[in-house]
Amino acid sequence: MFSDFDFDVIQRSLPYLFKEGMTFTLTITFTAMSAGIVFGTLLALMRLSPFRPLATVAGAYVNLIRSLPLVLVIFWFYFLVPWIGQWITGAERPVLVGPYLSSFITFTLFEAAFYCEIMRAGIQSIPRNQVAAGYALGLTYGQTMRTVVLPQAFRNMLPILLTQTIVLFQDTSLVYVLSISDFLGAAAKVAQRDGRLVEMYLFVAVVYFIMSYGASYYVKRLQTRLAVPR
Amino acid sequence: MAMIEIRHVSKWYGEFQVLSDCSTEVNQGDVVVVCGPSGSGKSTLIKCVNGLEPFQQGEVIVDNISVGDPKTRLPALRARIGMVFQNFELFPHMTVLDNLNLAQIKVLGRDLAAAQERSRALLKRVGLEAQAPKHPGQLSGGQQQRVAIARALAMDPIAMLFDEPTSALDPEMINEVLEVMVALANEGMTMMVVTHEMGFARQVADRVIFMDEGRIVEDATRDEFFGSPRSERAQQFLSKILRH
Repeated sequence: MFSDFDFDVIQRSLPYLFKEGMTFTLTITFTAMSAGIVFGTLLALMRLSPFRPLATVAGAYVNLIRSLPLVLVIFWFYFLVPWIGQWITGAERPVLVGPYLSSFITFTLFEAAFYCEIMRAGIQSIPRNQVAAGYALGLTYGQTMRTVVLPQAFRNMLPILLTQTIVLFQDTSLVYVLSISDFLGAAAKVAQRDGRLVEMYLFVAVVYFIMSYGASYYVKRLQTRLAVPR
Repeated sequence: MAMIEIRHVSKWYGEFQVLSDCSTEVNQGDVVVVCGPSGSGKSTLIKCVNGLEPFQQGEVIVDNISVGDPKTRLPALRARIGMVFQNFELFPHMTVLDNLNLAQIKVLGRDLAAAQERSRALLKRVGLEAQAPKHPGQLSGGQQQRVAIARALAMDPIAMLFDEPTSALDPEMINEVLEVMVALANEGMTMMVVTHEMGFARQVADRVIFMDEGRIVEDATRDEFFGSPRSERAQQFLSKILRH
């Protein structure tokens, strides 16, 4: 049944698919993960702050982002960021951002909301008296968080953070709405140019599956290794 | 000279009053044992001393600094008061040595070498030199609590607070912790100890405070307290825990 198929197209386009496509996909995944975890942790600390306004602002942001479809948010940021840039810098025209930078900003801010909830659960899983012990030694709030609470919370939540990152890795394919050539986008371009849709999409599916499943298998092993007795 | 002064302290959790008009003091070099039934507010009272628990009324003065004053820099004050918790509260993600080093470096500004030296000396003192590179989870409860005491001592505190330091321990481990505490008391450390270990109180306490329902019911010298407690409630309590 495969006699009509031309799997050679895959081999011919491999350099383009990986050098252009996968490079972008991995770059945006790791950027959004790193920046998202940092920003998400700050949001989590804000949400848990006893200072009401801070908790409300962070809570509103997280709830808003988590209630919107990702594609919609990608569109919104693409059209809004230039205007916000203009408003901040006071420029005369909307700031030229372009789809690439816009997609990085979008994914970072979007994922931050999800990482925030994970880190919040992580912080809340640390016994209150650990914080008291930090304070009792004379550590400030910031020092207690940095040296006592966050390292433990991060360690406890690492498997879930990585699982969220696997979801993020798959979700980055949605940048196709901005016509960016990520791995899927690059494959789609080749597929349409050569009329080899089935072959290319099959190949893309296999690659996503291997990478995602491989990563989640690694996470599972990590989980058992991290389970240290308190 | 009074190192710790507690003056008319009251505290509420919403409607519920946990501390009612508590007043006492701990002189320099004294060991004061606080006892009483659970829920009597003794742990809350001791946590008011280093500001871990805020209180609504009254004053707590430690070494002439008011704990409740919003202008007081609490971290600086707490660094000078050691505290030992019921559940040890060592930091499980750090080695024993790093547990001792952390606040010396971050708060006192010691360099790593100086901190290490002090840490090792204190671990030796509590008999746990060999455990320095281990993580707290690898130690027994009694060992963990001795590390916790060493961690508090590493800050060279002017006073030590103990919040039921032996309540979470298996019976055979209680003594190794009490021995460290007795040695500390004999060296003249100012100590405020919430405990039910009446043997410890008999041995080293200068005064015993008995609390019930958020009030200090009895505040007497050791001999007075064990000789003839004045309040009926303290008599009942003593007869219950000393029967066996």
